[in-house]
Amino acid sequence: MSGIGAVVRKELTIYFATPIFYLVGFCFLLLGGYFFYANLLYYNLLSFQGAQNPQLAAMLTPQQMVFRPLFGTLAIVFLFLVPLITMRLLAEEKRSGTAELLFTYPLTDAAIIGGKFLAALLVYLLLLAITVIYPLSVAPITRLDWGALASGYLGLVLLGGACLALGLFASSLTENQIIAAVLAFAFLLLFWLIGWQQELGAAGWGGLFAALSLLEHFENLARGVIDTRDVVFYLSFIYFFLFLTQRQLESRRWRA
Amino acid sequence: MMIEVQDLTKYYGPHLAISRVSFAVAAGEIVGFLGPNGAGKTTTLKILAGYLTPTSGRARINGHDVVEDSLKARRSLGYLPENVPLYPDLTVRQFLDFAARAKGVTGDRRGAELKQVVQECGLSEVVGTRIGALSKGFRQRVGLAQALLNRPPLLILDEPTIGLDPSQIVEIRQLIKELAGRHTVILSSHILPEVSQLCQRVIIINRGQIIASDTPENLSRQLSRGLRVHLAVDGPVEEVLAALQGLEGVQEVSPLGEHRYLVVGRDDGDLRPELARLVVGRGWNLWELKAQEFTLEEVFLNLVTEEEA
Repeated sequence: MSGIGAVVRKELTIYFATPIFYLVGFCFLLLGGYFFYANLLYYNLLSFQGAQNPQLAAMLTPQQMVFRPLFGTLAIVFLFLVPLITMRLLAEEKRSGTAELLFTYPLTDAAIIGGKFLAALLVYLLLLAITVIYPLSVAPITRLDWGALASGYLGLVLLGGACLALGLFASSLTENQIIAAVLAFAFLLLFWLIGWQQELGAAGWGGLFAALSLLEHFENLARGVIDTRDVVFYLSFIYFFLFLTQRQLESRRWRA
Repeated sequence: MMIEVQDLTKYYGPHLAISRVSFAVAAGEIVGFLGPNGAGKTTTLKILAGYLTPTSGRARINGHDVVEDSLKARRSLGYLPENVPLYPDLTVRQFLDFAARAKGVTGDRRGAELKQVVQECGLSEVVGTRIGALSKGFRQRVGLAQALLNRPPLLILDEPTIGLDPSQIVEIRQLIKELAGRHTVILSSHILPEVSQLCQRVIIINRGQIIASDTPENLSRQLSRGLRVHLAVDGPVEEVLAALQGLEGVQEVSPLGEHRYLVVGRDDGDLRPELARLVVGRGWNLWELKAQEFTLEEVFLNLVTEEEA
């Protein structure tokens, strides 16, 4: 499986050689940092009020007040940035003709798609790793629930992976990066908001839609609850869209 | 056999790109694929390289079927696509390193292999340059270098000299000639002199079908039914024409002006001694006498137009 390593290396080199990664990183960390700071201030304010109210004070934990909302915000920020990370991956190969090189090297489709997905995921993990500074910065002055934090990060990784798989699939559908980005964004919003049906009272189908929602499955993990259903959902979601990508590439080989 | 192609057919939707193409290339051969634009050269090469799947028919590279055994077939070949697509954001070194890894060149061998290919293709001065900033000539060499990595027995070069300036064309041709001893090469071109210079065998394809396959010399000979002789004689035009036409074995004489004539013989026999004797016997001055062979260009046009007629 040295092929997948070659693809990952190549994709990472291109990420770090072009401005998109730095732009995405800048936006992600700027917004992440701002919301962490805002959440922290709010928590601080409530804590002073909580001094008079022991019942309220019991509910005030950094996890509940700072990190759970922060994870939610980071997920949304990332949702907006995913299309920028994935739009290039396959669309550009097709447009510039380098697909002809890539697909005539002795690489399996799985190595190419897996390599591209892993490279995008590594870029995302790098950004997430930088956000670990937030909990570390407050660790000396408060008691953190490291388990719940880890669960939240696991949720972010799984959610991010699912978004990236969807974005990669969108990129396989077209030769145009902009169209790939728009498609990815539309798909992501659809899978993000599909769960709202339930609240609108769509009988019967509501539960199904909620089960398909990217957001719904993230809630538990952000709260610190690792439910295998959620983990399995994300992993199957990733596998499903990587599989669709592979089918899509194969069909192009027959048609054109 | 390095390449065996049998009844290869490819439709793009309803459009027939190539139709029942069959040919074979032995190991060590250099074969030119010749045809006008849109004849099906690139389609055929893309199928051989494993990028496209044929609608029907089979192709084998080094004994491996390009569809069923795609990976093994692809391991046996280096491919330079038309217009040389490369990653503009990578440096030459980064790109070649990726190509080597993708081809499964591992460990210490990769470094040595890269060094050698860089040297062979004359890329030493640009290894650290971004590919996007390279000139067309260097891009072409980078394309060739990646095809050479891991020393595949077969090289597939699609229009290797298109878009280059004359001196670059000469360099690339020289490079291809040097490769010839170690690799089987199949290259496509619509430039005839290039093919006749580089290739031992020419396959002519038109409208998706192979219409001829032979050595450049044989192709010329096949078409030159009867020898053609160029003649310049100092004498009254009418008389000279009449005399030439009266000669045994002459099929046709056409005056080219300024005392020049083109004589076409009826069969393969050489007319030159007879012609010389005739002219001298009449007391005219013989200024010029030379046999003219068909150029490949004419053969090509001939084949293509005959096919259409």
